[in-house]
Amino acid sequence: MTTVTQAPNADRPAGTADLRGAIRREGRRLMDLWWQEMGAADAAGRPTAYVFVMGSLNEVLRCFDLTINFPEITALQTAVRGQSLTYLQAAEDDGYSPDICGYVKTDVGLHLRGRAHPHGTIPKPGLVVATNMCNTYIKWAEIWEQRYRCPVFVLDLPAWRGSGPGGAGGGIGEHDRRYVEAQLRDLIALCERVTGTRFDVDRLRETLAEANRMAAHYHDVLVLNQRRPAPFSALREGIVFQGIANLYRGSPEGTAFFDAARAEIEARTRRGEGALPHEQFRLLLSGTTCYASFKRFAELFEEWGAVFVHSTYLVFAGGGFGPGFGYDLARPIESLAEQLLASAWHGFSIPMFYAQDWLAETARAWAVDGICFHGVKSCRTTSTGLPDVREWLRTQHDIPGLFIQSDLVDPRLWSDAQLKNRVDAFLESLAARQLSARGGTP
Amino acid sequence: MTIDQELAGIFDDSRALVEDPSYPAVRRWREANPGGQVLGHFQVYFPEEIAHAAGMLPVKIIGGGSAVQIRKADARIAAFVCSILRSSLELALSGRLDFLSLYVVPTICDASRNACGVWVRNVPALPCQVLYFPQNAGSAHAVRYLAEEYRRVADMIGEMMGRPVTDDHVRRSIAVFNENRRLLRALYRVKRDTPWLLTAVEAYVVTCAAGLMPREEHNRVLRRVLELLPQRSAKRQDKIRVVFEGGFCEQPPIDMLAVIQDACYIVDDDLLIGLRWLTDDVSPEGDPFTTLAAAYLRGARYSAVQRDPGKPASEMLLQRLREARADAAIVAAAKMCEPGLEEQVRHIRALDEAGIPHLVLEFEEKMTVFEQIRMEIETFAESLLFDFA
Repeated sequence: MTTVTQAPNADRPAGTADLRGAIRREGRRLMDLWWQEMGAADAAGRPTAYVFVMGSLNEVLRCFDLTINFPEITALQTAVRGQSLTYLQAAEDDGYSPDICGYVKTDVGLHLRGRAHPHGTIPKPGLVVATNMCNTYIKWAEIWEQRYRCPVFVLDLPAWRGSGPGGAGGGIGEHDRRYVEAQLRDLIALCERVTGTRFDVDRLRETLAEANRMAAHYHDVLVLNQRRPAPFSALREGIVFQGIANLYRGSPEGTAFFDAARAEIEARTRRGEGALPHEQFRLLLSGTTCYASFKRFAELFEEWGAVFVHSTYLVFAGGGFGPGFGYDLARPIESLAEQLLASAWHGFSIPMFYAQDWLAETARAWAVDGICFHGVKSCRTTSTGLPDVREWLRTQHDIPGLFIQSDLVDPRLWSDAQLKNRVDAFLESLAARQLSARGGTP
Repeated sequence: MTIDQELAGIFDDSRALVEDPSYPAVRRWREANPGGQVLGHFQVYFPEEIAHAAGMLPVKIIGGGSAVQIRKADARIAAFVCSILRSSLELALSGRLDFLSLYVVPTICDASRNACGVWVRNVPALPCQVLYFPQNAGSAHAVRYLAEEYRRVADMIGEMMGRPVTDDHVRRSIAVFNENRRLLRALYRVKRDTPWLLTAVEAYVVTCAAGLMPREEHNRVLRRVLELLPQRSAKRQDKIRVVFEGGFCEQPPIDMLAVIQDACYIVDDDLLIGLRWLTDDVSPEGDPFTTLAAAYLRGARYSAVQRDPGKPASEMLLQRLREARADAAIVAAAKMCEPGLEEQVRHIRALDEAGIPHLVLEFEEKMTVFEQIRMEIETFAESLLFDFA
C-alpha cells in the first residue's frame, strides 16, 4: 500500500516562488529597457542585428552600437503572454507547416503583422548573424533575408565530432580554430560596412572583459543551487537568468545584474530559504520548458514539492558559459574564436546531442532525485534524442527519468490532463523510492 | 534475350537491391573481400572517394523505406522526427548494419545532429563521426577548412585500416567516382530528353544502387544501361513534363514515384542528390582533398540543407525547370522534415511568381497507400493537359 499520495505543496498558492527582490526588479527593468531600445531603433531606423542564443556574437556586435534583437526571446514572450497562437496561425495561413519550429512561425506571424509584438515594435533587421548550432537558425535567417534583403552572416562552429578517434575523446582541431577566427574577422568587416563604424579592438576587449565577469557570476549562481533547499527555481528564475545573460552579454548592466543575483541568492541560502516552502524532490530539466503554459509547467511539479535545480537549457540557451570560461584579453579575436568553439562543444553540442555524461555528473553534483526530459515538437535540436538519453541514464546510472512532450510556444500541443497524469505518476514513484531508501515500505 | 528484356532485368535487379534491407551487394562484397571494411554514411553527401581510397566500401544509409518495421527505434527517438532517421537507426538496432566499421553523419539538420549521440549510445562498438560541412559556404576560408576536415576523416580511416590514405589513392578513387557521376549525368540526360525511354522508377532504382554496391560495378551497370537505352522500343506518350523537388534526404516510396510517372514524365529531380552533388569532374591535379572540398562548395548543386548565398535555391529550381523544359513542378517534402518544409514555402512562392504550375505533396518513406496522391496527381496532370490543349 502506498503511503505517499498527497502532493505536499498542493495547497501552496500558485506563484509564491515567483521572482523576488533584486532579481525580479532588475530583470524586469532590463527587459523593459531592451524593448525601449528596440522601439527607439525602429523609430530612428537604426541598424538592428538579429541574433540567436547559441552564439549571439554580442561581444562583437556591441562594438558597433548595433541594437540587438533575439527573435527566440521575442517569440517565447508572445507565448508567455498567451498570444502566440495568433502569430502561429498567421504563419500557417501563409503556407508554413504545422510541423516546423514554432519560434520560426511565431516570428513569421509577427513580421506578417507589421512587427507588432505585445511588448512593442520589433525593428527591421539590418544584419542577421546565425551560427550553425541549430540548422533552423539558418533557414529562419533566410526568411528575413528574402523579406528584407538584409545581409546574413552564418558562422560555422564545428563542434562535437562523435565517438572514435578525434571524437568524444578528441578535441578542437587547429583547423577549426583557424576557420572560426577567419570568419570572425569577416564578420567584423561586415559590421563595419553595415554600420559605417570602424572596429575598435579596445572596445572588443571591454565587452570580452564584461562577458568574463558575467560568466563567472552566472556560474556562481548556478552552483549556489547545489545547496539544499535549492534557493531558486531553474525554471522560474532560470528564464530570467537566460534572458539577461543573452540580452546583456558583454555589458556592464549584465555583469551588475548577475552580481546582484548572486548576492540575493547567497542571502537566501544564509537564511535557509528555498525556492519552495517544502522541498521534497530536486529535479533536473533536460530540454526546454513550455512557454505556452509556463507557470502551469512549473506548478505541475511544485505541487509535489519538486523544484528544478538545474537544466541543460540554462547551459545551451544561457550563452554556453561553462566552467573555466574566460577570454584572454591580450589576444581578443583569437581568444573569442577559441571560447566560441569551447562553447559550441561543451555548452551547445554536448548538453543537447551527447548529454548523458553531463546529466549524470550534474545529477550527482546537484543531488538530483530525477530528470524531466521535455520534448518539444517545435525543436528537433533539443528534443530528438531525449527518450534515448532517459533510457541510458535509467539503465546505466539508475537515475529516474520522466519523458513528456508538448511544445515551446504552441498552446495546441499542451495536454494538461495527460501531462499531469504522467508528472503525478513520476513523482509518486520518486516518493516511493525515497521512502524505500529510508527503509520504509512503499 | 532482347534489349528490352535485358534492361528490364537490370532494373528489376536494381529494385530488388534497393528494396532489400539486408544489403545483399554489401554482403557479397565482404564475402569476396574477407576482412574488407565498410563505411556507412547518412544523407545527403559524403566524399566517398576518401573511403574508397582506403579500400573501404562506402555505403549510403538512406533509411529502411517500407521494408523495415520499426520495433526499437521509436523508443529511442522523439515522435516528431522524420522517418528516415528512425528507420536508419532501426537498421542498426536490428543487426542489419552489422557490417559497418564506421558511420558518418553530416550535420544536415537538427534531427541528424542528434543521430550520432543516439548511435553512440546504442551501437557502442561502432565508431560514429559527425562531419561538419560549411554552412558559411560563401566564406573564402570554407574550402580550406573543409579540405582539412576531409583530411582529418582520412587520417582517422587510415588509422582504422592500418595504412595511411595517400593523395595518390584518393586521386585514383576520384577517377572512379568522376566516371560514375559522368554516367549518372548521361542517365539524367536520357530522362530529360527522351523520358519515354527511361521511367522515373527505373532511373531511380538504378541510381540508388550506386550507394549500395562497389562503384566500379555500378559503373559497368550504367555503361550497359546507357548502351541499351537508345535501342529500347518505347513510344512517346502524351504526359506533362515535371521536375520533382524534395527528395534530397528521406526518399519517397518507389510506388509513389510509380504513381507520378503514370501521369507525368519526371524529367528532373533531386532524389539522392548527394550522388550527383558534384556537377563536373573533380580535377585529378593538385591536393585531392582541396579539389574535393572545392568541388563540394563551388561546383555543386543546391539543397535545402546547405546554406550558400551563391546558390539561391528557388532561382536554381526555376533554372532547372527551364533546362528540363518542364511544364510544372512537384514540390514535395518528407513529413517532419524541417528544412524541406521550410524550403517548400520559398519554392512555392517562387513558382507562383514565375507563373509555373506546381503540386505540393507531403510523403513518408513508409507510406503504402497512394490513392489520395494518385487522385491529386491525375487531377493536376489532367488540368494541365487540358490547359495546354
